[in-house]
Amino acid sequence: MMPGRTIPLLVLLFGNLLALDALASVLPDDRSDVLYHRYEGGGVVIDGPSVLVRKKATKNLSVVGNYYVDYVSSASIDVVTTASPYDEERTQWSLGADYLRGNTTLRVNYVSSEESDYDASTAAFSVSQDMFGQLTTLTLSYAYGDDVVGRSDDETFERTLKRQQYGIGLTQILTKNLITSLNIQTTTEEGYLNNPYRSVRFLDPNVDRGFSFEGELYPNTRTSNAVGIRARYFLPWRAAIEGEYRYFIDTWDIESNTVSLSYIQPWRNFTFKLKARYHDQTAAHFYSDLFPRSEATNFRGRDKELSPLQSYAFTLKGTYEFIDQNKGWGMFKKASVTAAIDMLRFEYEDFRDLRVAAPVGEEPLYTMDSNVIQVFVSFWY
Amino acid sequence: MRIDKVFAVIATLTLAVAVSGCSNVEPWVKPYERDNLADPIMALDSDPVYSSYLQHVYEAREGAKGGEGAAGGGCGCN
Repeated sequence: MMPGRTIPLLVLLFGNLLALDALASVLPDDRSDVLYHRYEGGGVVIDGPSVLVRKKATKNLSVVGNYYVDYVSSASIDVVTTASPYDEERTQWSLGADYLRGNTTLRVNYVSSEESDYDASTAAFSVSQDMFGQLTTLTLSYAYGDDVVGRSDDETFERTLKRQQYGIGLTQILTKNLITSLNIQTTTEEGYLNNPYRSVRFLDPNVDRGFSFEGELYPNTRTSNAVGIRARYFLPWRAAIEGEYRYFIDTWDIESNTVSLSYIQPWRNFTFKLKARYHDQTAAHFYSDLFPRSEATNFRGRDKELSPLQSYAFTLKGTYEFIDQNKGWGMFKKASVTAAIDMLRFEYEDFRDLRVAAPVGEEPLYTMDSNVIQVFVSFWY
Repeated sequence: MRIDKVFAVIATLTLAVAVSGCSNVEPWVKPYERDNLADPIMALDSDPVYSSYLQHVYEAREGAKGGEGAAGGGCGCN
């Protein structure tokens, strides 16, 4: 989509909203979270802390900050078949503010992420308007990202990537037990979209194993559109059920459907959540597991993330509220500790496991099982 | 592009609502009927620090993104 056409529409939409009226809105609760995360799967271990602090500076202004670290230890299938295992650290911090005026909330946020070979910064702005007695919330958002891509083995290598994201979100209360949301997001990316370390495989009769590798070459632009809908329903025995669906399509011909179903059950001071998620996608038009020859196509890639795949996930999450929200304790209104595990399985339809000796193109298809563990403590004040 | 059309339709609909004097629209779920909706189990994103990390995990391993909120840059996924 051409940004030049979208922006006037966003301005028109926002202008319309200012003509509408509603009851008073509120800022997010003051809270802090201290989290430990660990991802393990496919030869990769990523863990580290994340700390989030949100506090009202005035009755109309809430500020939020987040500090987050990834410690990466990778011997993934991509690394062991074409490169060397490595360790790395990624540090990310963000600062943001919410300003409430009447029924309108303005949000700004800045995110900075640093790795030894990748720097990313994103500035985001959004405006939300509550309408119709707070039954409806409409949000318009815009984000601009500026990345610098490097290579750890080549200090002179430096490429840029610019990203713009436009979004519309609508949250709608439909009945006294049902809340729904709709999110539409368009992202345009321009610049170096390759992973500089990854290679494509092509048939090569001049070597014993029958294939060789060469560098990937991606298009320099990508535009993607995503539409997500979600509905959460309050059940008669004080529990909740949620359904979610997302449709995604982009100019690289990736098309995907993602669905999930959640069940939330409180019991005494505990809250339990079960969630099942399914994702299915088609391949990018320039993806191939095995090209017929070197430089066979204008663009070429063998990133398994761009291959046709299905992923399955199952979540178990438990929260214990150790400072009851009806009693409080000192300056704290409420506090809880949460542990969650997400069990993921990725099944690739056209990405073969080259660690297994087999005739070229007949290696077994790769599958990957991963676990994501998160443990965190939350305080409301 | 189809997203252009969606933006245009939403803008047109809100304009139509605005000029038709919609400030008199009566909330069909009254404030005193919102006990269930105010229950913490009905929060669409009760733990932002948890959900943003999980979103990042998926975005690094699948070809799709968006439609759920925003996540930070970088990858650490090779």
